[in-house]
Amino acid sequence: MSSKKAPTYMRNIKCQELTVLDVVPFGQTLSEVTHCFALRLENPGWERWRPGQFVMVRHPSFGLELIWGRAFSISRMASSGLSLFIQTYGRGTKRLSESLPGEKVTVWGPLGNGFAVQDKRTLMLAGGIGLAPFLAYAEAHPSPNKLELIFGHRLPLETYPFENAKNLVPEMTARSFHEQTPEDLPKFLEMVDEAVQRYADGGLILACGPTPFLRAIKKMAAEHGAMAQLSLENKMGCGVGACLGCVVTDDKGENVQVCSKGPVFWAHKIEL
Amino acid sequence: MASKTSTTPDTRVSLPGLAIKNPIMTASGTFGYGLEFASFGKLEDLGGIVVKGLSLKPRAGNPMERIAESPCGMLNAIGLQNIGVERFLEEKLPALPHEETAIVANLYACDAAEFGELAQALAADARLAALEVNVSCPNVAAGGQAFGQDPAQAAAVTRAVKDAAGSMPVIVKLSPNVADITMVARAVADAGADMLTCINTLLGMAVDLKTRRPRLANVVGGLSGPAIKPVALRCVWQVSQAVDIPVIGVGGISTAADVLEFILAGAHAVQIGTANFMRPDTVFHIVEELPALMSTYGVTHLDELRGTLQV
Repeated sequence: MSSKKAPTYMRNIKCQELTVLDVVPFGQTLSEVTHCFALRLENPGWERWRPGQFVMVRHPSFGLELIWGRAFSISRMASSGLSLFIQTYGRGTKRLSESLPGEKVTVWGPLGNGFAVQDKRTLMLAGGIGLAPFLAYAEAHPSPNKLELIFGHRLPLETYPFENAKNLVPEMTARSFHEQTPEDLPKFLEMVDEAVQRYADGGLILACGPTPFLRAIKKMAAEHGAMAQLSLENKMGCGVGACLGCVVTDDKGENVQVCSKGPVFWAHKIEL
Repeated sequence: MASKTSTTPDTRVSLPGLAIKNPIMTASGTFGYGLEFASFGKLEDLGGIVVKGLSLKPRAGNPMERIAESPCGMLNAIGLQNIGVERFLEEKLPALPHEETAIVANLYACDAAEFGELAQALAADARLAALEVNVSCPNVAAGGQAFGQDPAQAAAVTRAVKDAAGSMPVIVKLSPNVADITMVARAVADAGADMLTCINTLLGMAVDLKTRRPRLANVVGGLSGPAIKPVALRCVWQVSQAVDIPVIGVGGISTAADVLEFILAGAHAVQIGTANFMRPDTVFHIVEELPALMSTYGVTHLDELRGTLQV
């Protein structure tokens, strides 16, 4: 009997050991647990992938102690390698930040579904490390002059690859907003709301960032009648749809896996 | 199956009503419906696949957060989210390699009568090799491990499933969350179970110091992973001495060496659970590595090793 074929969404996924090429810290801050870094790995040689998809990564030092791989958006894919922008947050990301060039890490991907690519005016809304997938998105887009990026952040701007994004895709419009005090948040949301309104008529809105940020955008999109896709940040056990630890409730009231049915969802199709 | 030579260890295992090519199965709840892992290895290389626990009707499971990581382990309170027996038989089972690998349906219900109804629906499908009865889930309010903690109730559920299952072998999955696991094991064996699975998860919890709240919305959840391996080994050893029916060991197995340790302690076969999350090709690697490791220890057939632990 012939081998069973994997479902369409799974056929391209591999689990492989990839060599660490380099670890580049971005904007070191006073607190050692709040900096970001780019982890660049050797090219995984995937047949195809889409911006907005993600990978699961394990460092050998996880051993038996850290059970899960860690999920990261694909930030850039070039012949020179696969780049992930990571915020050091817990034990897993800290160990990855200490990776040395030449070490091997275990990676499975590309996972999830990715953002829609449409030849229309597209607004990219990024909160903090939610900026990561938009580098790949902007770089791969057929009409980058139709793209606008609004980036909200709390850590200093140099902590994130914002300048890289602007340099990589100079045709897109990009602006940032530094939220320095809690009073700044309403100003930022006002800026975002104004932008969402501008894209309501025939445009596309994409967002990635913390859940409260996505929740606000979902509400704005509904109010203005805008088409929006949200990339959810969620704790994941397996990354392949098996553990059911990362679910979100969809518009039919069913719990669906963020890892395999998302992480990108149409805003009006999920409850947040 | 390829012919065995004197240099190739024989990994085949003969269980009541169920012959499998190797002792490696996947544990329910950790391998989805199987297809989620199809691109990481050949499903037909596995001895068995125990699918995500099924109920008569689809279940949404518990609210989020549902999982938390702990040292060498994880806690889950998924709450048996599943697509229900009907959709499983229509959508998932046809794509599974049931001719080469034992596909085992894990089932959950709220009372003995419902267990019987569910068992009847599943046993009617010849593509399934066995039923695994979940009387030990710590994450559901009705039934769940309450069945598995009471020998009489566990026996009643076992009888209901056996009556409905016809010739299909029935495995009962036991909870470690009891004072004496052998009491439940004996009651279930006396009630007609063909095999036992030891063990389900250990009840645990995790707290978040920053938010001063439990990490799981359900407050408590089931602990799995390498952290529970010593408990699982102990239970397999105790239960395999207390009953005459085969025991399938599960709990923290992540290497081929772990598999042989469980066989040594008395298990006939094993299930790989949380290790499938650690990396999605783990179970395929274990299948591949087992014969060479058997050779290393001079084991040509698992029967030679089983239960030979010298105490």
